[in-house]
Amino acid sequence: MLKLLNGPHTFGSGPVFWAGFVVVLALVLAYPLVATPYDVGNFAYFFIWLFMALGLCLMWGYGGIMSFGQTFFFGLAGYGYGVIAINLGGRGFTTFEALGLAVLLSGAAAAILGYFMIWGRVGGVFFGIVTLASSLVLAFFLGQTAGPEWKIGRARLNGFNGMKGMKALNIPWGDHTLVFDGAALYFLMVALVVIVYLALRMLVNSRFGNVIVAIRENEQRAELLGYDVRKYRLATFCIGSALAGLSGALYTAWGQFITPASVGLPAAAMPIVWVSFSGRRELTATLIGTFVFLYAYQLITVYSQQSALVLTGLLLLLAVMFVPEGFVVGLAKLARMPWRKGSATQLSLQPGE
Amino acid sequence: MMGDIFSYLYQFADVFAFLILSAAGLAIVFGMMGIINMAHGEFIMCGAYVTVGLVHVGFPLIAAQLCGAIVAGLIGVLIEVVIVRRFYKRPEDSLLATWGLSLMVTQGTLLVIGSTVTGIGTPPGSFTVGEYSFSTYRMVLFGASIAVLAFIYFVFMRTKFGVMARATMQDATTARALGVKISWIYAITFGLGAGLAGLCGGLYAPTMSLIPTMGSTFVVESFVTVVVGGANVLMGTAPAGVLLAIIRTTLNAWHGQIVGQIGLLIAVILVIRVLPDGITGWMNRHMR
Repeated sequence: MLKLLNGPHTFGSGPVFWAGFVVVLALVLAYPLVATPYDVGNFAYFFIWLFMALGLCLMWGYGGIMSFGQTFFFGLAGYGYGVIAINLGGRGFTTFEALGLAVLLSGAAAAILGYFMIWGRVGGVFFGIVTLASSLVLAFFLGQTAGPEWKIGRARLNGFNGMKGMKALNIPWGDHTLVFDGAALYFLMVALVVIVYLALRMLVNSRFGNVIVAIRENEQRAELLGYDVRKYRLATFCIGSALAGLSGALYTAWGQFITPASVGLPAAAMPIVWVSFSGRRELTATLIGTFVFLYAYQLITVYSQQSALVLTGLLLLLAVMFVPEGFVVGLAKLARMPWRKGSATQLSLQPGE
Repeated sequence: MMGDIFSYLYQFADVFAFLILSAAGLAIVFGMMGIINMAHGEFIMCGAYVTVGLVHVGFPLIAAQLCGAIVAGLIGVLIEVVIVRRFYKRPEDSLLATWGLSLMVTQGTLLVIGSTVTGIGTPPGSFTVGEYSFSTYRMVLFGASIAVLAFIYFVFMRTKFGVMARATMQDATTARALGVKISWIYAITFGLGAGLAGLCGGLYAPTMSLIPTMGSTFVVESFVTVVVGGANVLMGTAPAGVLLAIIRTTLNAWHGQIVGQIGLLIAVILVIRVLPDGITGWMNRHMR
């Protein structure tokens, strides 16, 4: 199992890379010791989005599935967490049940939507715009649920103002309740990011990863080698979308509210921008690039949200025009980092062992 | 009774016009180049803003609408030459590039022009059938959608440009070998698509509030129509418009706008399962 952490589809394999990984992880874990509680909460906020970015990287960069509507699954799980947490009351382990169910909900939605598109053999461009249309319709729908008749159990959807009143993640801890906010939430997020990142590395370097990369490179050839392309596609789409759902549920748990603006435009463009900016074919680049992007984006948003979005659009345009492999991957190549060995851009087809 | 039947037809015509006018430009570009112009909504917005601006300085409405279409079309040609042209070999990346453009234009407009512009109001005029009263302008829009389809038929089936364009669509390499300037065909087609988007914006400008994000009102309907229609505007988009308008009108009457839109989306998801190449693909298989 562990040897799958390194392989042909991921950056970095040598001791230098893993030493760097440990150093970065140690710094991240030590950060709450030196930072203000506000900054710690803010970093936890950045971590929320990494799951959606990594999921899209898996689907799009490795699997060749171009989904423009990952916020559909984000929103479904975000609202799902709210509805379930409110209705279960938020005591005991119910908030974590809500988290799990919300992620399952987005995975199931991906299975249904994916079945129709993948079995219908809908190609790249249409896959993107149908998923985007789904996101926009969900956003329009949620936007008009302001009336009191729009409620699920005890949870009011509240239209544009968004849903609120759900509990943050918490578990019973002896006689007390351990509420995941501040530093506790930060450490939970770090743990989840590390688990998801390492699990995805193992996944893409496994037999499954070889097959989905083969499908991306040449669908027909993969099919003639005996793989049922549709099943692999669907599985990839479900995993990526469940990760978007994880982001959504954590987002709602983090701020205890969610609005339709998290689903519609321009929110739907964001995952695409992060992954294109970072390097869609590299999990590590996506992880680093998305974090850097979010940090910079927030710095600019403080002054003007419109300017931040104009720059975001410009960045996307420049990235596809001049650095289609992504800025982070491009920089890494320029710097000739020692862990460049086995880069994803020099992939060869590797049918299953 | 008479009024009820006419009312249904009127709403059908209204939805049909919206679908065709918002999708025609997108469908032409998709049919020719196999790409989706993600800045389509922004060309619609551009047409609407130009129209309203010119009406404010005293142009008659129709002239202003035509100018809106022409301005959007010229900008479309420019965008094709500067940006889209680089992505002939990477059609999926052209979606990203135009999406980046779309973000810049929407938010840039918010920064420069601000969030609202004074509208111009729907041209007055109504007529009565049975006990109901109907807006004349909505019927004008329906007429415009038919005129747009006729215009597309004329351009692609009856002009020299149309012959070259269809040849390029069928086999670009052979067309180039026979002396067709492919790059100009693409630029003009993209401009035509943008111009039709601008016309759509101009036509709907009097009926809606002008905000920089107004393009997103149109994108779901235009995407959905193009996906159901497939690559051919006349044999795909037009019948798709009829089919989707029937679905939408019925659902709207039954349970309101949002159910109509959800129904549209579900219809599309079901249709692509059966007809991956849209109605165009079905026509090609069964009409030959």
